[in-house]
Amino acid sequence: MTVLPTELEVVEKSAPPATAGGAPGGRSLRALVRDPGAALAGGYILLIVLMALFAPLIVRLSGWGPYEFDQQAIDPDLAGVPLGGWGGAGADHWFGVEPGSGRDIFARIVYGARVSMLIALSATALTTLLGVVLGMLAGYFGGRVDWVISRVMDFLMAFPALIFMIAILSALPAGNRSVMLVVVISLFGWPYLARVVRGQTMSLAQREFVEAARASGAGSATIVFREILPNLRSTIIVLTTLAVPGYIGTEAGLSFLGVGVVPPTPSWGQMIASSVNWYSVVPSYFAIPGAFLFLLVLSFTVLGDRLRAFLDPGGLR
Amino acid sequence: MTTPLLEVQDLTIAFPTPGGGSAEVVSELGFALPPGGSLGIVGESGSGKSMTSLAVMGLLPKGARLAGRIRLAGEDIAGLPDRRMRAIRGDRIAMVFQDPLSSLNPYYAVGFQIEEAYRAHRPRATRREARRVAVEAMERVHIPDAARRAGHYPHQFSGGMRQRVMIAIALSTEPDLLIADEPTTALDVTVQAQILALLREIRRDTGTGLVLITHDLAVVSEMVDDVVVMRAGRCVEHAPVARLFSDPQHAYTRALLDAVPRLDDEVGELRTVRAAAPDTPREGER
Amino acid sequence: MARYLLARLSGVVLILVLVCLFTFTVFFVLSPDPAVQICGKNCNPELIERIRGNLGLDEPLFTQFTTFLGGLFAGRAYGTGEGAVECAAPCLGYSFQSSQPVWEMITERLPVTVTVAVGAAVLWLLAGVVGGLVGALRQGTWWDRGAMVIALSGLSIPNYVFALVLQYVLVVELEWLPFPQAVTLADDPALWFQSYLMPWIVLAFAYASVYARLTRANVIDTLEENFVRTARAKGLPRGQVIRRHALRPALTPVATIFGMDFAGLLGGALITEKVFGINGVGKMTADAIGRNDQPVIMGVTLLAAAFVVVGNVVVDLVYTALDPRVRLTVA
Repeated sequence: MTVLPTELEVVEKSAPPATAGGAPGGRSLRALVRDPGAALAGGYILLIVLMALFAPLIVRLSGWGPYEFDQQAIDPDLAGVPLGGWGGAGADHWFGVEPGSGRDIFARIVYGARVSMLIALSATALTTLLGVVLGMLAGYFGGRVDWVISRVMDFLMAFPALIFMIAILSALPAGNRSVMLVVVISLFGWPYLARVVRGQTMSLAQREFVEAARASGAGSATIVFREILPNLRSTIIVLTTLAVPGYIGTEAGLSFLGVGVVPPTPSWGQMIASSVNWYSVVPSYFAIPGAFLFLLVLSFTVLGDRLRAFLDPGGLR
Repeated sequence: MTTPLLEVQDLTIAFPTPGGGSAEVVSELGFALPPGGSLGIVGESGSGKSMTSLAVMGLLPKGARLAGRIRLAGEDIAGLPDRRMRAIRGDRIAMVFQDPLSSLNPYYAVGFQIEEAYRAHRPRATRREARRVAVEAMERVHIPDAARRAGHYPHQFSGGMRQRVMIAIALSTEPDLLIADEPTTALDVTVQAQILALLREIRRDTGTGLVLITHDLAVVSEMVDDVVVMRAGRCVEHAPVARLFSDPQHAYTRALLDAVPRLDDEVGELRTVRAAAPDTPREGER
Repeated sequence: MARYLLARLSGVVLILVLVCLFTFTVFFVLSPDPAVQICGKNCNPELIERIRGNLGLDEPLFTQFTTFLGGLFAGRAYGTGEGAVECAAPCLGYSFQSSQPVWEMITERLPVTVTVAVGAAVLWLLAGVVGGLVGALRQGTWWDRGAMVIALSGLSIPNYVFALVLQYVLVVELEWLPFPQAVTLADDPALWFQSYLMPWIVLAFAYASVYARLTRANVIDTLEENFVRTARAKGLPRGQVIRRHALRPALTPVATIFGMDFAGLLGGALITEKVFGINGVGKMTADAIGRNDQPVIMGVTLLAAAFVVVGNVVVDLVYTALDPRVRLTVA
């Protein structure tokens, strides 16, 4: 249950009607930076992005790689419980080690950020592309194009997405799991964006400036990309920001269930899954990736909420 | 001299502004209405006329600051606690709003919405009695087939019929004073005339006092005894309706009068009022 | 009404057939060797051969699909002669790993999942609507902020993390609750309640958060409506204005979303049941994923889709009852 479509419905219900030439200018951006919630959220996201980008460097600094087993750090007589308190955390292993294997948790968190961010951001890029293009096509051309696209959207949105993703991922042979995750998440994700884009395109297409462009002989492609797309900018920014946490959660959830990223590649969801058997003995094993995951989802949600408040010209409730 | 039904003295309404200051939307307004009398308040949107009516009803938006006196039959009701104001609202003063579609709750049958107004002030009334009153009120505003129509929902009525329902709600408790805020603005021209005729008829039959708020001088000319012309929260002219039309004192009133299209107009074009309201927050803006 | 239902039901059947086609395609057409996949992790060549024969994988795809559809309505047998297995209607598939028809496996465990789902739904509706109302009516106060911060955390914490935190704090550290156990209400009501309490909370938290935010936004919007002003102008008491005129319009969309969410709850039950070790359909599915028991996954997928499709129709019917403006029309 990591996909909550109803949350996006809330957005859609109050999605701002795009204004002609309403540029999200520097003013709102500055106000956003001054907002403490948004600044904290942005800061945390930046931290995780940097961590993901410079993972190899950071790991060299901390001393242990994500795939190295440290037998010295665990107690072989107690089924591999980390030696020392706090899951074996200390100067050597900053966040402690994995029970049973002795792998460094800090290194796996750092590399896990790579996996999570890469999958979530790729899925966001793909859903945005699909959602915007198909939404604009449906909204601008209407008629039969709209009918077909709308039926496909209805069909995809009518399903328990998580179970369908599991079905697809478990049926298909293990290949490049990351790519498959991105494709599957995007397949079920794009209609939520497309639906809003479609509605706004429909209303924009009636507006005077679009009429004017059409009267002056501009082609459909020019109108769609030059006149309509820029006016959808705020909506797209807000919706994609609010979609990212859903995708991060979905990736982690699928990995948690064992159909996502396969070991030994580290992923936060999968780390939490393997901590289930140890949670009463080594609580830090689930608490650390859990906290990183929670904060990342929270940060994107807060940032999306604030962006919505700042970019909306009408002042959203 | 008898006690006026409604007497407003030095009414000032202000809203706090983001900068920490405040903006007055109504300033030192005063007028009086004898029992059974009628008064028109005329002005452009933003002139503070709707705020004045909401102040009388005790329905000003949160944050509004109110000064001055509003006397209903001698009793000052300005700033009464909501609990006491509730007994007056809908019973002694009733109000008809501009847009009947959005002013009726789409989820309830119109009969119920009339009954509700009646029962709010007659706690011992039975449902049957309330239903009878509701149907009577609907008949009085000339809704055909009232007993059956009472079970219908607002979306099943036309604009004019909806406004009749709103008037029926107001009439159900036989109020002393009826405030009608732009009651015909959202309606077609022919329907407007019907609603105005209905209001005149009700006044003739029940003797209820009427405050009619409108931007349209043509509407007040045949409806009320006195007119208050408002501009930017202030009263610029207060006169009996006949004198206002024959001998307007203020330049703004003359401008408004000129903007009224007349059949005998020689210049074949519509005139507009140039003297716009100064830079004050408009009604409805918060 | 009858005509509407007929049109709607034929639409439902069409969608369900499409779902079957989609699922069938995923499991039998895209899969490189369905027999090997279905056999799962603990497999041997003989079993693979048996499965291949029983499923009729040598037949043309279209025949396979019609046999599959036929099984749903009339039941079917896998294979002939010795080693053949019966699968009564509605045949969602046969788990060769458990040697049991999937439908049977599901019905055995459905009561547990329904218990989890109903309890969670009650909890999230109460918490969500009350939280949202408090936020809307006390807008800008600490009550509002508190409720919205909790809702924000509810949206952000993955339910398996929340489940582990709860279990660690309440069971291991504080020992306020026992480990969840498989008891029925009749056996031991107290232990039953204690066992299901954490699953209910975990499953409800995220939904309650969404509902609180939605309720708050809707109530605030509705309070601005002109008809609420009319209600106040009638002199109605504040309580009546809110209950009658603000809540009904504000909660109608919440009610319809509730129908959809409840129908789609199987996805959430998957993780919750797995973490707490509750033996319902969710845990069965999670375990099937671990063993790669594909017939089970496929069967649950079909069932989940059927729930949602039927839930859609129910929601539409309920909506017409709740909102007088909506009339049933044949699209």
